[in-house]
Amino acid sequence: MRTLRTFSRGGIHPPEFKAATADKPIKNAPLPATALVPFSQHIGAPAKPLVSVGDHVEEAQVIGESVGLLSAAVHSPIPGLVQEFRTIYLPSGVKTEAVVIELFGKFSRSGKPVQRSDWGSFSKEKILGILRNHGVVGQGGAAFPSHVKFSIPKGRAFEVFLVNAAECEPYLSADHRVMVEHTDDLIEGIQIVRRILNPTRVVVGIESNKKDAVDILTRAGKIHDIEVVPLKVKYPQGAEKNLIEAILDREVPSGKLPIEVGVINASVGTLVSVCQAVRDDRPVIDRVVTVSGGAVKNPSNILVRVGTSVRDLIEECGGLVAEPERFICGGPMMGFAFSDLDTPITKGTSGILALTSREVRYFSQTACLSCGKCIEACPMGLSPTTIYKNIDHGRLDEAVKEGLADCVFCGACAYCCPAHIPLVSAFRAARGRHRRLSSRRRPR
Amino acid sequence: MMVSKALISSSPQIHARGSTRSVMAWVLIALLPAGIWSLFLFGLRPVLVLAASSGAAVLTEYLLNRIFRGDNTLGDLSAVVTGVLVGFNMPPHVPLFIPAAASVFAIAVVKWSFGGLGANWMNPALAGRVFVFSSWGPSMTKWTLPALGGNGVTDTISGATPLGAVKVALTSTTGGMNGPMGLLESTGNPVTYLDLFLGRIPGSLGEMSALLLILGGLLLVILRIVNWEIPLTYLGTFALLIWVFDGGRYGGGLFSGDVLFHLLSGGLMLGAWFMASDMVTVPLIWKGRIIFGAGCGLFTFIFRSYGSLPEGVSLAIILMNIFTPLIDKFIVPKRYGVGS
Repeated sequence: MRTLRTFSRGGIHPPEFKAATADKPIKNAPLPATALVPFSQHIGAPAKPLVSVGDHVEEAQVIGESVGLLSAAVHSPIPGLVQEFRTIYLPSGVKTEAVVIELFGKFSRSGKPVQRSDWGSFSKEKILGILRNHGVVGQGGAAFPSHVKFSIPKGRAFEVFLVNAAECEPYLSADHRVMVEHTDDLIEGIQIVRRILNPTRVVVGIESNKKDAVDILTRAGKIHDIEVVPLKVKYPQGAEKNLIEAILDREVPSGKLPIEVGVINASVGTLVSVCQAVRDDRPVIDRVVTVSGGAVKNPSNILVRVGTSVRDLIEECGGLVAEPERFICGGPMMGFAFSDLDTPITKGTSGILALTSREVRYFSQTACLSCGKCIEACPMGLSPTTIYKNIDHGRLDEAVKEGLADCVFCGACAYCCPAHIPLVSAFRAARGRHRRLSSRRRPR
Repeated sequence: MMVSKALISSSPQIHARGSTRSVMAWVLIALLPAGIWSLFLFGLRPVLVLAASSGAAVLTEYLLNRIFRGDNTLGDLSAVVTGVLVGFNMPPHVPLFIPAAASVFAIAVVKWSFGGLGANWMNPALAGRVFVFSSWGPSMTKWTLPALGGNGVTDTISGATPLGAVKVALTSTTGGMNGPMGLLESTGNPVTYLDLFLGRIPGSLGEMSALLLILGGLLLVILRIVNWEIPLTYLGTFALLIWVFDGGRYGGGLFSGDVLFHLLSGGLMLGAWFMASDMVTVPLIWKGRIIFGAGCGLFTFIFRSYGSLPEGVSLAIILMNIFTPLIDKFIVPKRYGVGS
């Protein structure tokens, strides 16, 4: 038997909890009666609103334009009337302007035949422009604008395009279902990116627990010159730096981006968006979301319009059967807890979980036992206990020297800490504090 | 706006099962067989000793909690573990104030004066033992022959531990003896390896049966509470050095040491599986723990073979505890994307 590739440092094996949704075909959510659409659904500058209260908007009409170098456009997910503007907080803590659109009028796209364009004749610049104007962003979590990601910085040697299909977060199976059900769109999305980047290799990294997807993609990959690498099931296999090491044996230098070692990567959902934007002229107005957790009646993978509220989405999955202890946007390891059920689905929402107290498990915190489990778990080769103790004693500079800036907030350390020290939240807070301090120190 | 009652917390939202309390509880469970065995050997006396040591440990922890108005730390069970380990290190018929004093010293001086659980740099139970050993030496070296002893004698008769008997005998004889077992036989205290393995010899009440301590230790290794590195390198290094050099003491050449006798005697098994592996006072990463274990083996060998006292486990482990911060300073994990 071939040994599966994986990253070398650390990693943990939380229970997968994927069985509830992994075999369920993606279903379509009904269109929301009202959509709450944030203008900041991506990293970078928020989109600039182009509509005002009372305006009538068409389905997929641009309502926020991409401004500046790092930004992405936002589109209306439904036809309707602009009701009001609101300032909301997303689960990640980002504060953003959002627009409330009430469903009204005719659909200009849904149910209509799609005119496929022959993108083979498009120039690189034209494709990047489409991505920018159609609001394509990374769908794996960070929501980095794709037209920026797929632009090779001057003077950098690019080699490998890496498709991140690890989906290592427990519960989530949206990417898995997309790979199985929308293989053609995924492959075409890869081909479009290949046209932009012209890589020497295209590699798909996928955890081996998605056997059907591995088989389908391996078959398709043979035709299209795409290497498919099944990976060992280990969290966080899908963290980009670890994925790069697992597949290519290269380490991205500390503080640098993957392009430093000739790699650009994108997730499955992103590539399907790329395909739909370029081939079908369809902006990003929906995405596949895994709705799961012990408190949800019918856990599902569901294609849902951006701006749909969590309440509507959970209702669509049969509602709640137990009192949830936590609502989570994303996966349970890196996702954000929220309590406002009006929270909208955005382009970066990979999952909505409603976990019961049995799934969350509450433990009280004790002092650190120096057991070293956090070091064994850290995929970046850091010593979380050392960094934490430095932060705890107010030695921020020492913590940075120990590698605070390299932490990817994967949560492996805090997951296995028997003293249940909130390591990730301490690191996140310390990083913010350090950023503020160092910007203050810099001479003007 | 409709807000649910769900809580907000930082990621990760799910956690593995283990807790400080469960770690300590498993250590107690792993110690249980050896504790029960001591009841067979010494009757109810070990219950009194363990009650004195654990009671004093818990009471000290409680009072310090009250005085410093901190969190209640009794629930983490670490004080109980310290108390039980102190008791395990006592001769069965020791006056009861001694284990109590050892526990008070362990908790108040060794653990709390450095900041409580996780902050001590020396194993509290071992430090407590060394403290009372230097304070009330005679009481700490009065041993009892176990009731199920190989000689079939009752539990009130005093005797020396095999290691102690060997140490004494070696000062009066010169060479030509057939190793420690032969030496013991010639002094009228014959033992078999099986006696040593099962604990049918005089000794501290918890260190009697190598068998039960190994089983308890293996349980903790399987549960990943004890890391394999320390027991393995400790026992391995010690066995190797004994084999190579210890024969010399009995007039033999190199490579003639009695490994089995030394592995099964004294506090080695208790020390290697339950004291040297105490996570608080050992290095953080496995490479460091290998150095730590090897150091324990080296110093135990030196103290046992060449020291003035028959035993060396406590001092060897405490000595390596002192080196732990140094080891942690230099043996660090290799970071991703840093260096070549």
